[in-house]
Formats: sequence, structure tokens, C-alpha cells
Amino acid sequence: MTQLALVIDLNVCVGCHACVTSCKEWNTSGWAGPLADFNPYGPDPHGTFFNRVQTFEVGEYPNTMVVHFPKSCLHCEEPPCVPVCPTGASYKREEDGIVLVDYDKCIGCKYCSWACPYGARELDEHQKVMKKCTLCVDRIYDESLPEAERRPACVLACPTNARLFGDVHDPDSEVSVAIREQGGYALMPEWGTKPANHYLPRRRTELRIRPDELIRADNPLKKEGVPPKPPKDQPTLDETTSW
Amino acid sequence: MHPAFSVILLTTLIGVGQGLFLAIYTSQLYALARLLPMPDHQRFFALGSAVAVGFLVLGLFASFFHLGRPERAWRSAARWRTSWLSREVILLPLVVMLVAAYGLIHGLGWTRPLFVIRGALPVDASLLVGALATVAVFALFVATGMIYASIRFLREWASPLTVFNFILLGGASGFTLAAAFSAWVGSGPTRFYGTWAVILTVAGAVTRLASLYRNARLAPKSTLQSAIGVRHPRIRQITQGAMGRTFNNREFFHGASPRTIAAVRWFFLLAVFAIPVALLATAYVLSSVWIPAAAFAVQYAGLVAERWYFFADARHPQNLYYQQVA
Repeated sequence: MTQLALVIDLNVCVGCHACVTSCKEWNTSGWAGPLADFNPYGPDPHGTFFNRVQTFEVGEYPNTMVVHFPKSCLHCEEPPCVPVCPTGASYKREEDGIVLVDYDKCIGCKYCSWACPYGARELDEHQKVMKKCTLCVDRIYDESLPEAERRPACVLACPTNARLFGDVHDPDSEVSVAIREQGGYALMPEWGTKPANHYLPRRRTELRIRPDELIRADNPLKKEGVPPKPPKDQPTLDETTSW
Repeated sequence: MHPAFSVILLTTLIGVGQGLFLAIYTSQLYALARLLPMPDHQRFFALGSAVAVGFLVLGLFASFFHLGRPERAWRSAARWRTSWLSREVILLPLVVMLVAAYGLIHGLGWTRPLFVIRGALPVDASLLVGALATVAVFALFVATGMIYASIRFLREWASPLTVFNFILLGGASGFTLAAAFSAWVGSGPTRFYGTWAVILTVAGAVTRLASLYRNARLAPKSTLQSAIGVRHPRIRQITQGAMGRTFNNREFFHGASPRTIAAVRWFFLLAVFAIPVALLATAYVLSSVWIPAAAFAVQYAGLVAERWYFFADARHPQNLYYQQVA
């Protein structure tokens, strides 16, 4: 069974919001209707987004680290938002594990958003239905696009390649290898929602050198001490070289 | 959580309607068992059921204001296998129909016994429809409570106490209304309703105080550490990714100060429990039609505050991601 997901490398993310704007651009122009904005150029702009980049400060000055944290629907393998939906508008696709909302069935009761611990769902104030990341389901299967572009808009936009996309159930996929080999983890594991999206941790690049590594232990000069200096009238050690 | 007035009105109004029906049907059962005198309560039962239907329909009406797309509300009956909300959507109209049928049977006088069990227990149509309605009323109470109790992320709600509170507080307000209504129209067993209203109010106070006690000691299961997966005791948010208003900031924050919250708590503890019990006790001594009515009015106002507090009390784990705008 396939489970499509994103793997986000927090070590590489620079917090540029390119994924946010490209997500907004793709998903507001699609057949599913706009991701509405209100007063976009006015005093109180607000609107619906599938993806937001948050920033956290870890530690206390001067030992701080900034973590840019892109946050979108995690397409949980045990999605708590799906069974609570009274209409069946929220569903998880059998074939690829994407959690979707049928905008034509949603009644906008917001109950699914209460049942999501991650706050991944947002009610569209224009269409009055619940919206969330679709993993660009209208793009990744579009055969009119070149194969390299059949990936979510956020993944294509990321300038630092912090976003990987693939099947986390395939052990040899790029995303599975990244999770396995780079310490990929899920958010809020305590709830048992089994998020499909994973995050790769911040890793400080450190050069670890022990003091003894600074001195070459097998230095022949050190090992053998001071080379012998026999007087000139005596033969050298091997009788072939001379001083 | 942000207290939504549509849901506050829905849950309190249908609670009153359900409780009022239970009060009327209980008095019919008591009269049948000859524990209460059985004067001509037919008209009272019919009128009381009409009032109960009125409260239930008002609650149903209020619920539509919670929906973004009320014209599609009919779709919400689809997922009754998994969703308590869907179950409530099915049960509420069913309760309205059964209570209306019960009132109609009394109003039209179709209460000739259909059969008699062991020559002592005459069973008429109202008794059978009333029994069905009682089952539906309790199922509706459970469904309404479980809508909140089944969300495990809202740990303040995820407790059997939530369901007991909905049953007992709904029942208490319904019996108080029954006492007020029967005193007002001058028929019906007012004292019987008043006594049970006091018993249910006290029982409701026990479970509500138990849930207050539980929630005050509840440690959050999710932390900023598990939310972003960084193991460090000091993490603070710098920005939540948007400076404008967001759905996440609207829906999950009440925005009230701790002082307001505490004031609402004290108000509802007095208005739901202490004052109605005192007023109902006074009504035993002074047979005034105003005192039970005042008891109901105070208790209903208190229940609105109680439900507001119920929402404000719940802390959603998603709020960890929405601490700072910059």
C-alpha cells in the first residue's frame, strides 16, 4: 500500500516561505476553487493557507538555535479528523493515503478541526468549507506535466531542497531512506496518529577533533627519534647514501 | 477553545427540552404506579410536551448557525457509524418527533388502554411512545456528550464526566422548568418536579465539581518539545508564520482574561446550582408561581455560562503552534 508524504529537513530549511507562496499560487488557481484572501492589500489581511512556516528559538541567548518549521497537514495513517466527519466529506484515499476534503460535501461544522491536534485544517471563509493540504493531488497525477514536475508545488519551489516527496511505505524510496538514515521523526507521537509526514532534525555541523588527533601518532620522525648522524669517515647505515 | 454561541444554545436548549420531557414522562409513570395522584393531567402533559418540542426545535435552529453550509446539513446523517455528531444529527429530529407524538396522543386523548398487564397495569399508546422517546432522549444525551468526550486531544472534555454532566444538567434544568411550568399553569405535580429538580441539580453539582477538580489538575500531554520534535527545555515561538488573523487563532482561543474565566466559573456555580436549589426550597414554603419560574430563568442563564466555561476550559494542543505573532 502506498502512503505518499513529505519529509521536511529542518536542517536545511532557511524559512524563506517559498513553499508557502508556491502552495498558495498552485492551490488558489486550481479547479477546486480559490484559497480565499480577504483584504490582501488592506489593513487587516487574512486568508486560508495549506502551509505555513513558523519559527522557533531553541535555547537561551547566547546559546540559541533558530528552527524554521514548515507546517502542513501530516496525512496521518490514523487520521483522527476522518471518522468524526458527519458527512463523509473528510476521507483518506485507499490508493495513496492522502487525506482529502470533498468541498462539495463539507458542511463547515469545523468538528474535524477540533479533532486535529496539529491545527492543520483551516476553514475557508469564502467557500465556508474546511480546507487542508492536498499534497497537490491535482498535480502529482497530471500526465500533461513532465514527470519531474509531478510533485507538490512546495517541493518544487524549495530552493534548498528541504522538502522531499515520496512513498513512505516503500523502504527504498528517497523519503524512507532519509527517515531511516537521518533520524526522521513524527510530530506529537504521544497521540498515536501516526503522521505520514516526517521531519529530519536540525544537526549542528561540528568538527570533532581530539587533541591527540592534532599530532600524527605514526610520524616516522617522531617514532624513530633523531636520525643518527655518524661522522663522515664512517660508513652510513646502508652504505648507499651519504650525507 | 473558542465558545461558539450557536453550540452553547444548542446544547443548553435541547438539554432543557429533553429534561422537560423526562420530567413529564416520569410523573406519568409515578401516577401509573399510584405514587402520585392521577388527576386530569392530559392537558398538562400535552402542553408540557409542546413546550419541550419548542425548546428542542429552538436548539436545532441554533445549531444551523454553527454551520458554514447549513443548506447541506442533511448530509450530516451519513456517517453515523463513526461520528457522534452524525448520531446526534439523527437522534435530535427523532426525539422531536417522538416527544411531539407523545404530546399529541395526550392532547387528542388517545389514552384508552390498549391492553392491561395482569389486570393492574393499563398500557396505552402514550406509555409506549413515551418509553421509546425516553430511550431516544437518553441516546441523544449520550451522543451530545460524546461529541465532546470523544475528542481525546481535548483532555478536559475526554472523560465520562462530560457525558454525565450533559445528562444531569439537562435533566435538572428540565425538571426545574417542569416545576415552573406546572406552577404557572396551575396543574401538574409541581412539588414532585421540584423535588427531583433539586436532586438532579445536586447530583449535577457533584459531577460538575468533579470535572472542575479533574481539569484543574490536568497536565497537558503535548508540549512544544513534542510539537516540533526538538529536545530542549527552553523553546519559544518567534513567529507563527502569519501576521494576519487565521482560523487557528480564531477557533481555538477564547481570548478572555483569567479573571473573566474565574468570574464566569463562580457565576455558573451559583446560578446553576446554589440559587435554583435555594429558590426551589423557598417555593415549598411560599406557593408562588414566580419563584419556580425565577429558579428556571436563573438556572438557564447559569447553564449558558457553564457551557461557555466548558469551551473556554478546554486547551487544544494545536495552540502550541500559535503562541506568537511577529
